[in-house]
Amino acid sequence: MTELKVTAEPGVPQILTERAFDAPRELILRAFTEADLLAQWLGPRGYTMTVETFEPRAGGSWRYVHNDGDGNSYGFHGVFHNDPTPDGFVQTFEFEGAPGHVSLDTMTMEERDGRTIVRTNSLFQSVEARDAMVQSGMADGMSQGYDQLEELLEQQGASLKAHHDS
Amino acid sequence: MVTATTDDQLDAVFGALADPTRRSILARLTQGEATVAELVAPFEMSQPAISRHLKVLERAGLITRTRRATARLSHLRAKPLQDATEWLTAYREFWEERYERLEEVLAALQEHDADRSPDPDPGSDPTGRSTS
Repeated sequence: MTELKVTAEPGVPQILTERAFDAPRELILRAFTEADLLAQWLGPRGYTMTVETFEPRAGGSWRYVHNDGDGNSYGFHGVFHNDPTPDGFVQTFEFEGAPGHVSLDTMTMEERDGRTIVRTNSLFQSVEARDAMVQSGMADGMSQGYDQLEELLEQQGASLKAHHDS
Repeated sequence: MVTATTDDQLDAVFGALADPTRRSILARLTQGEATVAELVAPFEMSQPAISRHLKVLERAGLITRTRRATARLSHLRAKPLQDATEWLTAYREFWEERYERLEEVLAALQEHDADRSPDPDPGSDPTGRSTS
């Protein structure tokens, strides 16, 4: 129902994702464009996320840092290309550990019967850069720890059930 | 594990999977080994065309081919397919985890909004729930 679809075609420097949420798109827009809300979900589990700059408007910049608690920090920055609206927004994205490798990220939202389909389109400079990003995402994903994921799923299940029972 | 797989191999696997005929051939081979003639039958293609597809699949490591008498048999190899699936699965899991937390944030926001505005439907806010 809320399964995340990820598409990475061979030979195309792009990753597409699609996922439905039980929320109106105005609310999802807030979770993407209000720094304190973004910090609650975007950082990898076990990391603290510090949002240093966040200007969600045309030409506004953003920068945030993930800290792993062992003194390692990973900075990311980019620029909002347009004013975010409930239709979505476009931004650049760059990991400071790989300077010069910039992706163009488009996020769009489509609301249907109270649910919202969030789609992202990340366009990289080359297939190699795309693959490197997938590999790094994989490494992070692997290190998350499955017990934490399980715990989260249980919480999520409980909260979904509470909504469903109402 | 994925670490044993080189990027070149993944490219070859994804390249091989990009073609619908080759996917159909793989689907057929999940039912067991087959000769070229058997693989040609369901397609409106010549035997050389199917043979070219088989070569691509073989280079990607997705099938192996053996000879039995005069016939050449193709077999499915599952390992590269598993590796290719894992490559994206882990990335997907990473984002799934984030999006699950986003879902929690959205649920908390909705609850907060419901608390602020007078709620015409008393059933929509189950008792005993609290935002921790």
